[in-house]
Amino acid sequence: MSAVVVQMLCVAGLLGSVVLAIVLNRSRMATAIIYGATLAASAIALTGAVHWLLGDTASASDLTLPIGLPWLGSHFRLDPLASFFLIVVNLGGAAASLYGLGYGHHEPAPHRVLPFFPAFLAGMNLVVLADDAFSYLLCWEFMSLVSWALVMAHHREAGNTKDGYVYLVMASFGTLALLLAFGLLAGPAGDYGFAAIRAAQHRPYVATLVLILMLLGAGSKSGLVPLHVWLPLAHPAAPSHVSALMSGVMTKVAIYGFIRVVFDLLGPPSWPASVVILILGGITAVMGILYAMMERDLKRLLAYSTIENVGVIFAGLGLALAFQANGLKLLAALAFTAALFHVLNHSFFKSLLFFGAGAVLTATGERDMDKLGGLIHRMPFTSFAVLVGCVATSALPPFNGFVSEWLMFQAVLQSPELPQWALKITVPAVGALLALAAALAAACFVKAYGVTFLGRPRSLAAETAEEVDRYALSAMFVLAALCLLAGILPGVVIDALSPITRQILGGRMPIQINEPWLSIAPIAEGRSSYNGLLVMVFITISASSAVVFIHRFASRALRRGPAWGCGFSDPNPAAQYSGGSFAQPIRRVFGTLVFRARDHVEMPAPGDIRPARLRIELHDLIWERMYEPIAGVVGFSADKLNRLQFLTIRRYLSLVFATLVTLLLVLAIWS
Amino acid sequence: MHSLDFDISHMLAGGLVLISFMMLYQDRLYSLLNVFALHALVLALSVAWQAFVQDAPHLYVTAAIALVFKAIVIPVALHRIVKQLGIHRDIESAVGIGPTMLAGMGLVALSMVLMLRVTPEADPLAREDLAFALSVVLLGLLVMVTRRNAVSQVVGFMSLENGLVLAATGAKGMPLVVEISVAFSILIAFIVIGIFLFRIRERFDSVDVSALDDYRGERR
Repeated sequence: MSAVVVQMLCVAGLLGSVVLAIVLNRSRMATAIIYGATLAASAIALTGAVHWLLGDTASASDLTLPIGLPWLGSHFRLDPLASFFLIVVNLGGAAASLYGLGYGHHEPAPHRVLPFFPAFLAGMNLVVLADDAFSYLLCWEFMSLVSWALVMAHHREAGNTKDGYVYLVMASFGTLALLLAFGLLAGPAGDYGFAAIRAAQHRPYVATLVLILMLLGAGSKSGLVPLHVWLPLAHPAAPSHVSALMSGVMTKVAIYGFIRVVFDLLGPPSWPASVVILILGGITAVMGILYAMMERDLKRLLAYSTIENVGVIFAGLGLALAFQANGLKLLAALAFTAALFHVLNHSFFKSLLFFGAGAVLTATGERDMDKLGGLIHRMPFTSFAVLVGCVATSALPPFNGFVSEWLMFQAVLQSPELPQWALKITVPAVGALLALAAALAAACFVKAYGVTFLGRPRSLAAETAEEVDRYALSAMFVLAALCLLAGILPGVVIDALSPITRQILGGRMPIQINEPWLSIAPIAEGRSSYNGLLVMVFITISASSAVVFIHRFASRALRRGPAWGCGFSDPNPAAQYSGGSFAQPIRRVFGTLVFRARDHVEMPAPGDIRPARLRIELHDLIWERMYEPIAGVVGFSADKLNRLQFLTIRRYLSLVFATLVTLLLVLAIWS
Repeated sequence: MHSLDFDISHMLAGGLVLISFMMLYQDRLYSLLNVFALHALVLALSVAWQAFVQDAPHLYVTAAIALVFKAIVIPVALHRIVKQLGIHRDIESAVGIGPTMLAGMGLVALSMVLMLRVTPEADPLAREDLAFALSVVLLGLLVMVTRRNAVSQVVGFMSLENGLVLAATGAKGMPLVVEISVAFSILIAFIVIGIFLFRIRERFDSVDVSALDDYRGERR
């Protein structure tokens, strides 16, 4: 049985669970059965994909099903790129299913989620496997619609309907852009198979248009600024394990589409395109994390952080395109590997963090960080797992986030090799933006973790929280372990990614597994190298010896005293440092420019016993300057055109007649 | 092609355009129906002439269909409908005759300019035939637009379809199946519209389509 058949059977299994979920509907066992089935299917698909990627990848595995367009059928293909993204999808799917086994019981209406969850997984798998434009678009739209249904699972909560609407509009817009892109790629002959598109020559203006359309289509799905507006609305609205899938996995499927078209199907790249992608990636990274910094809703903060990571990935892809356009295959492979590594890492820690947010939500019913606090005492295991996720996403060693960002900066540092001056200037500037984003990300997650888990509880719900169930904890700990493993054994991951860079770019990084002591040296040992294992050993030894040292010599005796309140003797937990306080310095620096932030202090008149209030005014300029005018114009013209609904029959006829005559006149004048 | 053949087919097609013009200024229903019958008769002649010239016997069938259905059956049926409805004295054009005629001339000019420009390398007969056919179609539409009575809108629709048949027979070799299906679809449209006429009449005591607009609660 060929590898792609195994994958398709897993997809069939997932689709079978959809039917099963509909049949079981509200029965008590449904949750366990469905999540168990999706867990099994994802695990099999994951094993198959890993086995194939690590084994023989010399020849791709094809499958043609006799459904779809009559003369075309549906083509599916497993190649190294697809298998990598299958790993990302199915790993996330398996973790989310495991998490769902416990989480599903807390859902107010689990039967609303159950049929769509396996369908969503199946859709994402099919998008990655598709090998012709028709199946690709069909599966893409299927994925979008099913995820919309999942966003709408809690449709009675305030605001969710609007979030779902914005998501639906943006998803349709993205699909339209993809449709046009594939239409251009297929050309007048209409060769929708990817093999035919890959073989064809595309004229420069077609390539440029396709690139722009892909940035619009895949960019809107993955959350590229300024097309990101739906993401922080829709991702948090879904149940937490679905949020994890949407943020950690679905954005990656969009990135897969971008890589597939721009790197694989479009033919040899031109360097100006890479400048656009680089700049968009850099801006996305910084904007995403700035938004996250200002956010007090935990899940929305995570969604904004996803935007940052997508920006980092796009910057890596732009870098790879720049090197590839200049024939620097090794450096292109380095940048591309960094981007793919970050894709994998982000799927680990973002799923982990969303699971953690879901655990907090289950335990307290709160997403507002300023009503949480002190959870480290009530939920020690969750807190530990989330801490790992926060450290990993802040790109601190020895976890995986550091490795991919380090590789990214190694690639950025090679920019003097590029011949074009535009790139020589752009790449370091984007590198600086990425560094800024990384630093802000660390600040953001210190805030998120500190305000949520440390300090004293700010509400009764946080004070009485209880640890979540074992399934959720095990899902989180598996991902935390993966974060650590990928961080200390990066050479293994880099070597596993090499078939993909060879397939897409025709080059590869040097074999890392042969380096001594499991260190990695992306270009040559003389240039730079990193050893995650040694760093971890060093951190462990130095940290534990510091702890021992302090306890032994500094505070031998255990003393109990009043907690130091930073000068505040007020016992009210609201006097603690809050998320808003934490964000203030950064709001002062960037807020005026990016958010038009204003602080208003409302002082009561002397003698008035009303408390003084600090009101912070933030504007989302992208929403206000870009989307509100568009929505206004659409609404206005819809209002005007609405009169056409109520014409008399004769006026309709006259309208048709006048249109016909006008078109004929245009034709007569033009030809 | 002999020049005589060309001239005769040209004359018949031009005659169709002329009769379309005649339809534009009829303000009584009976006379409009008579002109329509004449229109269909000339169409049948034109198609038959094409059949003779192109040596395409199946076009005789088309001509026969046009003659039997369009020149005889449908006008007679419409006559009876008008009689039953008692509307033969209605004056029912919505736009004055002068502007209508001017618009019609403009449309003919437009179709001539357009067709002669976009088909420079087609053979001359087909070119001019197409131009005439387009004029007939546009004039049929103009009839539909400028009338407010449902019966005369039906007539306008039928004359429009005559233009289509003219275009099709001029462009050598339209399959018979297509012609028959077009003819039948027109017949069915006619039946449906006829039934609707009576329904409208039953409900509103008039076949003026503006009565429908009143029913929807709107001012004209």
